[in-house]
Amino acid sequence: MINRRTLLGSAAALVAASSLPALAQGEKLKIGFIYVGPVGDGGWTFQHDLARQAVEKEYGDKVETTFIESVPEGADAERALTQLALAGNKMIFATSFGFMDATINVAKKFPDIKFEHATGYKRADNVATYDARFYEGRAVIGTIAGRMTKSNKIGYIGSFPIPEVIQGINSAYIHAKKVNPDVEMKVVWVYSWFDPAKEADAAAALIAEGVDVFMQHTDSTAPLAKAQEAGALGFGQASDMSSFAPEPRISSIVDNWAPYYIKRVGQALDGTWKSEATWAGIGDGEVVIGEITDAVPAEVKAEAEALKAKIASGEYHPFTGPLKKQDGSDWLADGQKATDEELSGLNFYVEGITAPMPQ
Amino acid sequence: MIDPIVVFVLLLGAATPILFAALGELVAERAGVLNLGVEGMMIGGALAGFAVANVTGSTALGFVAAAVAGMALSLIFAALTQYLMSNQVATGLALALFGLGLTAMFGKPYEGLKAPSMMAGPLGLNLMIWLGLIMVPVTWWFLMRSRAGLILRAVGENHDAAHGLGYPVRRVRIGAIAFGGAMAGLGGAYISIATVLQWTEGMTAGAGWIALAIVVFAQWNPWGALAGAWLFGGVTVLQLRLQAAGVALPVQLLSMAPYLATIIVLVAISARQKFGRSGGGATPGSLGQPFHALR
Amino acid sequence: MFRLEPRASAPLLWQVATPVLAVIATMITGGLLFAALGFDPVASIRTIFWDPLFGPAAGYSRPQLLVKAGPLILIASGLALGFRAGIWNIGAEGQYIIGAICGAAVALAAYPTEAFWIFPAMIVAGAAGGWAWGMIPALLRNWFGASEILVSLMLVYVAQKIAAWMAFGPMKNPEGFNFPGSRNLQQYPSAANPELIANTGLHWGVIAAGIALAATWFLMSRHILGFRIRTAGAAPRAARFAGVRPERLVALCLGLSGALAGLAGLFEVAGPAGQITESFGSGYGFTAIIVAFLGRLHPLGILLAGLLMALTYIGGELAQMMLNLPASTVQVFQGMLLFFLLGFDLLTRYRIRRRS
Repeated sequence: MINRRTLLGSAAALVAASSLPALAQGEKLKIGFIYVGPVGDGGWTFQHDLARQAVEKEYGDKVETTFIESVPEGADAERALTQLALAGNKMIFATSFGFMDATINVAKKFPDIKFEHATGYKRADNVATYDARFYEGRAVIGTIAGRMTKSNKIGYIGSFPIPEVIQGINSAYIHAKKVNPDVEMKVVWVYSWFDPAKEADAAAALIAEGVDVFMQHTDSTAPLAKAQEAGALGFGQASDMSSFAPEPRISSIVDNWAPYYIKRVGQALDGTWKSEATWAGIGDGEVVIGEITDAVPAEVKAEAEALKAKIASGEYHPFTGPLKKQDGSDWLADGQKATDEELSGLNFYVEGITAPMPQ
Repeated sequence: MIDPIVVFVLLLGAATPILFAALGELVAERAGVLNLGVEGMMIGGALAGFAVANVTGSTALGFVAAAVAGMALSLIFAALTQYLMSNQVATGLALALFGLGLTAMFGKPYEGLKAPSMMAGPLGLNLMIWLGLIMVPVTWWFLMRSRAGLILRAVGENHDAAHGLGYPVRRVRIGAIAFGGAMAGLGGAYISIATVLQWTEGMTAGAGWIALAIVVFAQWNPWGALAGAWLFGGVTVLQLRLQAAGVALPVQLLSMAPYLATIIVLVAISARQKFGRSGGGATPGSLGQPFHALR
Repeated sequence: MFRLEPRASAPLLWQVATPVLAVIATMITGGLLFAALGFDPVASIRTIFWDPLFGPAAGYSRPQLLVKAGPLILIASGLALGFRAGIWNIGAEGQYIIGAICGAAVALAAYPTEAFWIFPAMIVAGAAGGWAWGMIPALLRNWFGASEILVSLMLVYVAQKIAAWMAFGPMKNPEGFNFPGSRNLQQYPSAANPELIANTGLHWGVIAAGIALAATWFLMSRHILGFRIRTAGAAPRAARFAGVRPERLVALCLGLSGALAGLAGLFEVAGPAGQITESFGSGYGFTAIIVAFLGRLHPLGILLAGLLMALTYIGGELAQMMLNLPASTVQVFQGMLLFFLLGFDLLTRYRIRRRS
């Protein structure tokens, strides 16, 4: 137990307590996690928590993990992070974009603690960032959607118009269009990551527009429930949502943080951890395409899996020219690939999407 | 093309949970009780309804359980405000917090499970949509035409006078609160059983607060509650539908509209009341005030 | 049978004893609840109520109590004035949000100028924004007799939508990779509301809360206005005879509580929160209502109640970390605490007599 006196009062004491040698021999590595939602959200936070459990399983009694759930972004996040740091956690995962500034602030006070921040763009010597190339998965399920639609209208339920979601919409559309030139993309924004009733209404609105296959970038299963009722098809998001298989859920795009977490914790244990920005995709097992069910014809399944393999091997980049922007201006020349920088600030649709970009 | 009939069907589904909750709260407010804990009772119903439907496989039993759970939570409020004379605003807020927290705690085992299929009804609308619609004239008849309803309104309008006439003010209010709880529970269960088909904590996402707005918009009249539920449900459904059709919309500004409309309606009826041109439907005179018989 | 007999005045003993009883009852019931869920009840209660104050990391969490309690106290001290007069502003959450937006607007308009006047101007704008948002229900009540409870509640939703609109539109950080949310004011020295003395949690908002407490205490106990407010609440008819103009009181109480809530929002956005986001309103305005009641609408009580509420938040986080209790523990505790207090309150206001 930490002596209370060492922590009382001055800033010097705080820093002194936190800059003790990282790990004595045979001591457990304590790892903290803060989540933006409840672990039972069945989506984003649920997947991060599965990865936390995977870390515990992988390293057994070499590690000890704790988490704080439903942490609001802003001041509360900063406090929760500090509490984790003071509780002796030597590695902390902050699993939401909105924790970015708080993570950087806390990291400054605890230079010996390793921070990992999901989906942000600010790094420091002890703050690494990580994100997943969800758009790679969107390319695969976009292909399936393009093949499976009978009405030639596919839909997308967006959360917030941020680059990550816009990448997904573009990627899904580009690849649906490749296999089905007549396809149209309908987009509905619900302005929430998690609002089951509204997501269900959004799905219903898409179905009413004639959409028969849709994707979602929100966390609840409500859209799939609506799809089931209406005979439409959909995809699991964030988690596998396999309870809706084989129909309406014909596949899924799963955030699998476990390989990354296991790798980084391993590096922290053997002392090779460095701050870096990781943006991993299908090839690293971070974006996983859930089982493609038998509702999908074998040749479509084969086509999707071939695309997945090409992306995984790095042979193919989902954003490869020629591509134009929605307004008809040039974006990527023939064979040119989008840079990571361009993608991380993406704020326009590609040519062919008729939905307006929300302002 | 946007088919108005399809939009209307979507609207009916979106309006049902808030219609149930609003009708219940309306009766409570007509009896002079302002229960701000609707959100807490709804989420209680959402969990109890889902859990029972999941375990028994019967959605009907689920809804019964939801009504009981909503009522049970409302009785905490009733006991505090009617017997222990607590402030209704504060007690209602506490109920909202308590309900949200308690269900999150005890709902863990039900996460990730699926609800059994919904009871189908005529015209492709499920039975609960129909029940919600039927409850509108039933509530109206009860309030406006039945003797019990007359007493209830008298209690809400002026509890001292009602007490003087020998009406059991406290018992009437407890009954109205319990009815409000049961209806809120049904509304919550509609979200978990019929809309989302799953349980997740916090899933009512503010529907209870919308129900409070609807009661005001409705001018404390059940038909107005139907109109209000359709307005609030309709704005959501229509803006999503227009987005799907590719129309550019200022979503945030649009979603403010029903609340602004509610304020305007409230001002209009209050003005009518204040400046003497009386009409049907008005703020119950004793709304939110504690009653204690000095005798 | 028993019957209740109203007391002429609330005895001090009961006024002080009931909150303490409520806390004890909450601990006992909470402990039973935890036991039912399979957690160690004693450890749970100790982690929530004791460890933030005296536990191993108390050196950090004690100042954090101030950070969390500051806005609650600031808002609650304003609300208490109105509640005393029977004027129910339950829309402090909206006034808090609008105050923050107005204050942030000043900062964002001035960015990146560094000047001494920016922060004071933000304070004025924040207070004015909250005041204006509070005056809407006041005027609608005075002119048309519209219920201020309902209007102020509706305006909370409108404010939340405005915050979302600001975060996505006019106030979006141009260097933020298209993510919703304004610039972070913590990183703009002229607009920032930093911790004034390291590791004390003290920022301008906490100081403002202290001033607000002192001022409302003075107002209520030493000033004629306080007398009017109390009379209006206790005996509205008598107050009229005593020359109290109810319209003025409504405008004063709603405007003042709105201004204080707006200030709380401003200090929060310039300090701990840092930026306007779509979820900026995180419930302080509603929790402050609980604080006002728990504190018996008295400045000293509000101070203690605000700290107690902050304790449940911070203790709740600790309990998650140490014992894996769910996050919802905090809500359950706050709800129960208020239930018990409101219930026990009966003892302060009524005498229980055996019916003859």
